Amino acid sequence: MNAASLIGNDPGWLIAVKGLIVFVLCVVLTLMSVWGERRIVARMQMRLGPNRVGPFGLLQSLADGVKLALKEDLIPKAADRIVFVIAPVISATTCFMSFAVMPLTGKVKLFGHSTVMQLTDLPVGVLYVLAIASVGVYGIVLAGWSSGSTYPLLGGLRSSAQVISYEVAMGLSLVAVFIYAGSMSTSDIVEAQQKWWFGVVLFPSFIIYMISMVGETNRAPFDLAEAEGELVGGFHTEYSSLKFALFFLAEYVNIVAVSSLATTLFLGGYHALPGLGFTESWLGGWFGMVWFFAKVIGFFYLFVWLRGTLPRMRYDQFMKFGWKVLIPVSLLWILVVATLRVMSARGEPRAVVAAFTFGIVMLIMAASSLYERSVRNTSIDQIPDSSTEPSFPVPHVAGINRVESINESNG
Amino acid sequence: MNPYIPILVIGAIGFGFAAFSVGVAAITGPKRYNRAKSEAYECGIQPSPQAAGGGRFPVKYFLTAMLFIVFDIEIVFLYPWAVTFDKLGLFGLVEMVIFILTVFVAYAYVWRRGGLEWD
Repeated sequence: MNAASLIGNDPGWLIAVKGLIVFVLCVVLTLMSVWGERRIVARMQMRLGPNRVGPFGLLQSLADGVKLALKEDLIPKAADRIVFVIAPVISATTCFMSFAVMPLTGKVKLFGHSTVMQLTDLPVGVLYVLAIASVGVYGIVLAGWSSGSTYPLLGGLRSSAQVISYEVAMGLSLVAVFIYAGSMSTSDIVEAQQKWWFGVVLFPSFIIYMISMVGETNRAPFDLAEAEGELVGGFHTEYSSLKFALFFLAEYVNIVAVSSLATTLFLGGYHALPGLGFTESWLGGWFGMVWFFAKVIGFFYLFVWLRGTLPRMRYDQFMKFGWKVLIPVSLLWILVVATLRVMSARGEPRAVVAAFTFGIVMLIMAASSLYERSVRNTSIDQIPDSSTEPSFPVPHVAGINRVESINESNG
Repeated sequence: MNPYIPILVIGAIGFGFAAFSVGVAAITGPKRYNRAKSEAYECGIQPSPQAAGGGRFPVKYFLTAMLFIVFDIEIVFLYPWAVTFDKLGLFGLVEMVIFILTVFVAYAYVWRRGGLEWD
């Protein structure tokens, strides 16, 4: 029996129980990941991080949540009151919904029922996740707009432009997976990876997905929406109390959601690492969940590592990277994968396949060297002449020649 | 059972949690009125009466949104093609190459006209 028919037999109360389990898992994982992130980043910066509340500081996020609940719930005068309240609710609702199609285990027994730990198995599962992610953008846009304040507006717009730009790259990176799995259902995709993980077979797709998932969740080095130096807190600047906490929660649940999707599509979901397949039957099949969350936590560690390592990108560079690099590269990669797949299906001789692959590699190298040459030429043109007035505004100080003083300070 | 019902269930749980949090915050938090608190936050300077640009979205964001729709539609065409790829075979590949080239013409046009430049 496959996952879809197993889930189809679930009685109503079991669906409610599974929904609650998924919800509680998300919330607990969020609390733990906020704590984990602070501890890991602290380690990377030679600090200790929160270690006072509970064992190892594990209850720190819970304490923060309680503190936020006891803070005053402000609504600015200029805000659109109704939308201002609705926006965090949209964000927090949609972030949980994308978990409905994640397969957390294979076949298990739950209260005597044979089922799988997955809320539902849609034939269009992955498309549904992307759709929900798009709806989640409303929370950000509306929060920024309804605050009636400059910084949230700019932060909200940046954030939404960023999320939709990287969603295109993300969507394109998944096409190759669908070609190989022949399905968009998450459980079918996991089953198709019994032999080889798609993260290995379709390595370029995996890389594009990982880059775009960081852009999609507004995380460092792509956290331009909350660049403190320019935009204060971004779209949630005007939010306080639990409304702010909901945005915070949504951000972390989204990180877990994109990591779960990456695990499902590229790292074999709840299946064990190669060579450890015997562990999958432990605990009556529930051990699959351990593998699943181990992989998700691995991705989460990657997020934190990136944040601890890389400086923030500039917004125009970031958008340029998304539109001018990721999208054409993913389109080209789709065509390459499709051509190779057709060749192998038609039984073309290996020499033809090798020649095609070689040709593509040469084409990419030629394109990148041409691109680099054009970049080098433009950057030589753009070296500013230090004797003239700079193009950016300089504070005027009475009695001092501006250009001279700048040149002096530059040495 | 309809496979979309569990989605409504998790959606209802999430919505209930969010609505509960918003409601609780209104009760548990203190309420001490201060005129400065209800003004827009602008780092301590006298706040401007409304958001930048009169609270309207700059046009370049609409451009990004339009481009997003173009490519999202392309993705929507690519997905069913990818799922049935093995059945379509060479015919499907040629068709999709033609389609992607067509979209690529529009993409190259937007690139040349500076639609992908941010500043």
